[in-house]
Amino acid sequence: MMMQHLPILQVILPLLAAPFAALASRRHWAWHLTLVATAGAFAISLLLLATILRTGTPIIYDLGGWPAPIGIVYVIDSASAFVLPVVSGIGFIATLAARHLVIAEIDARDHPLFFAAWLLTLAGMLGQVTTGDAFNIFVFLEISSLSGYALVAMGAGRDRRALPAAFNYLILGTVGATFYVIGLGLLYMLTGTLNLADLSVRLADVENLRPAYVALAFIALGLFLKMALFPLHLWLAPAYSHAPSAVTALMAATATKVSVYVLIRILFGVFGFEFPYMTQAVGGLLLTLGLLGAFVGTFAAIVETDLKRLFAQSSIAQLGYMAIGLGIMTSAGIAASFIHLFNHALMKGALFLALGVIAAQTTHLSLHTIKGAGRQIPMTMTAILLGGLALIGVPLTAGFISKLYLIRALIDSGLWAIAAVTFVSSALALVYVWKIVEHAWFTERPENAPVLTETPGQWAQAWILVLATIGFGIYAGPLVEAAFGAAQVFGPDIIQATQTIEGLQIIEGLEGQE
Amino acid sequence: MSEIAAHWNYYLVIILMMLGFYAVIARGNMVKKMVGLNIFQTSVFMLYISVGKINGGTAPILTGDPASVYSNPLPHVLILTAIVVGVATTAVGYALIIRIYESYGTIEDDELAVLIDSDEDACERANTEPA
Amino acid sequence: MQDDPVIRVVTKVLIPAIMLFALYVQFHGDYGPGGGFQAGVIFAAALVLNAVVFGLHRARQVWPMRYNLMGVSAGVLLYGGTGVWSMLAGANYLDYFALKADPKAAQHLGILLVEFGVGLTVASVMVALFFAFAGRLTHIRLVAKTAAHEAADTEASRAGDTA
Repeated sequence: MMMQHLPILQVILPLLAAPFAALASRRHWAWHLTLVATAGAFAISLLLLATILRTGTPIIYDLGGWPAPIGIVYVIDSASAFVLPVVSGIGFIATLAARHLVIAEIDARDHPLFFAAWLLTLAGMLGQVTTGDAFNIFVFLEISSLSGYALVAMGAGRDRRALPAAFNYLILGTVGATFYVIGLGLLYMLTGTLNLADLSVRLADVENLRPAYVALAFIALGLFLKMALFPLHLWLAPAYSHAPSAVTALMAATATKVSVYVLIRILFGVFGFEFPYMTQAVGGLLLTLGLLGAFVGTFAAIVETDLKRLFAQSSIAQLGYMAIGLGIMTSAGIAASFIHLFNHALMKGALFLALGVIAAQTTHLSLHTIKGAGRQIPMTMTAILLGGLALIGVPLTAGFISKLYLIRALIDSGLWAIAAVTFVSSALALVYVWKIVEHAWFTERPENAPVLTETPGQWAQAWILVLATIGFGIYAGPLVEAAFGAAQVFGPDIIQATQTIEGLQIIEGLEGQE
Repeated sequence: MSEIAAHWNYYLVIILMMLGFYAVIARGNMVKKMVGLNIFQTSVFMLYISVGKINGGTAPILTGDPASVYSNPLPHVLILTAIVVGVATTAVGYALIIRIYESYGTIEDDELAVLIDSDEDACERANTEPA
Repeated sequence: MQDDPVIRVVTKVLIPAIMLFALYVQFHGDYGPGGGFQAGVIFAAALVLNAVVFGLHRARQVWPMRYNLMGVSAGVLLYGGTGVWSMLAGANYLDYFALKADPKAAQHLGILLVEFGVGLTVASVMVALFFAFAGRLTHIRLVAKTAAHEAADTEASRAGDTA
């Protein structure tokens, strides 16, 4: 009986667990409750994905029994069912790790409120993915962002720079969200509806009116800010580097990805490929900014010595690749973005959880801190190494699959130059990963440096994600298929089907080589 | 001219929007930034509300009279939600400002940047020459 | 302000009236203009007025800080719980028709519960915000005052040195 309610349970389970967590009188209860709620959300998202993969028809849930377009509907289709397990799965694993990270980094009195904000962030992100109503997206966006600002600011107990970082994040995040609302207001004026599916139908009648172009510009700009696309990325690095480690892992792996998903949903689900200016202006902008972001992020990571900030800068580069995938304006490109969205969530989750093990023991987390740490904490450092290799896109890691499909999509659209430049910029990631290897394994640990320790309970969560990264790198078939299915929601072109088959053949070929 | 007069609400909204946005970007004082942000958000609220207004329309309460003209209530409801979001944002923003003032002793962007830089330098030193 | 008898007496008369008006706006919301958001803010205004006139300390005795967290959580749970109730009754989330057999009474009950949840949360959040910020204000003043005193002391000692 509850099966039909899965779309709403996906959102309200973490949402309603939050007040209970806030009221928890013992700090462990808050964590246990959060663990149960996130595990439940993960299970629900897997059930939804399984249902969608089996039936292929979208699940539509009318809130309050009011059908669309009058009521708010929650829509689970191939695209949202693909993103939901990413968000809830990372949420679940980050919660597992949060136990030791939060005890190490957050004042015990604040634990109930910390986990309440944690659950609200998660509920907000799941809501953005689930909902089929454009204004509802804004509300969930703000729920996840506001609790996100609070979570980042909780890093102030150890590092007061978390406060200005959270403030700047708040200002830019709110400007981004307000831009989105302005665009939405213009769309509402033109069409009189807020339902995403209804919007796309009605927009076809008015797509040559200037307010529609302005609406597109405002919405795209607002979401670029939220997904930290170059040059609107300046809030990201300070916020991620000064936030508590658990928060960094959760947000780096999911927050910007959900914004990418919303961008895909609005650009291609509402405006569509046929919309005037879409291919030239928006596509060109995404390609240009994505490429610039990939280079700027990679170079910033190369010169960075603070480890958290290094990987935050590399996130900007990785978001650039997702933007390039969208900028191609084909289904194959969108599918490449979906694949990278999934893989990057795994890699960054693993990296930041592994960094958390070290961050919990030292005040400053920089290259000097990990000098010679390869022998002291081998499991943690190996997790970081494998995560870094996946970022470069080394074969047999999930990162390779992302880059493969991205470059293939570029070549299929005749964008050879961009494909070459993308290849070069991802190869440059080798430089910053090598820096870490050099410091961790080929440098003697200074004698007066504190001894780092690790226990299986600390590195296990990062290793779950690392193993998933390798697993999806070797056996990527189902992932690729699901991503192309997700992209199919938005694009009508047929090439994708053949590409999926070719892609699977490539994967099988790789497997055969072993 | 009549074009402008007919769409005066949009011009008002645009002026207000730009005023608020300018304050967010150009002011170095964090409280002024928040004030600018609030003005910016309010202009969006007014955009929605003015769109929902119908000349001669009343409050949308069911009276049973089919000829009664009423304003579109949906933008009002949306903006009620947006106002609540705005209040929450403002509260979080000011809470952060207070905490920043308590730990840095300033809420001016440029002074804060100097202090943050010195924090970074302290980190750097602690790393290169571990105690 | 605590010394002014006029303000004290007027406030004492006004506070119950404000609270009553808040309840009117709250429970009239399903028939006419009103609802949880407005009622919650009006209700919180009564407590804020109390704090402004009689001091934060007195207001916190009337309404301790822990009430806020409880109020916020209870409001959210009431809202969400109404939805869960309609789900358990076999309909979609927040489908009020499932709550009672009579559709009109069901809609009435549903919106009443949801709006009460909203009102409770909004009132608690508003009071919590005021208490949090006003509490910090005295703290900040204290910090600023000690800083000013220290500055004055060093000035004075410096003046003493030069003399």
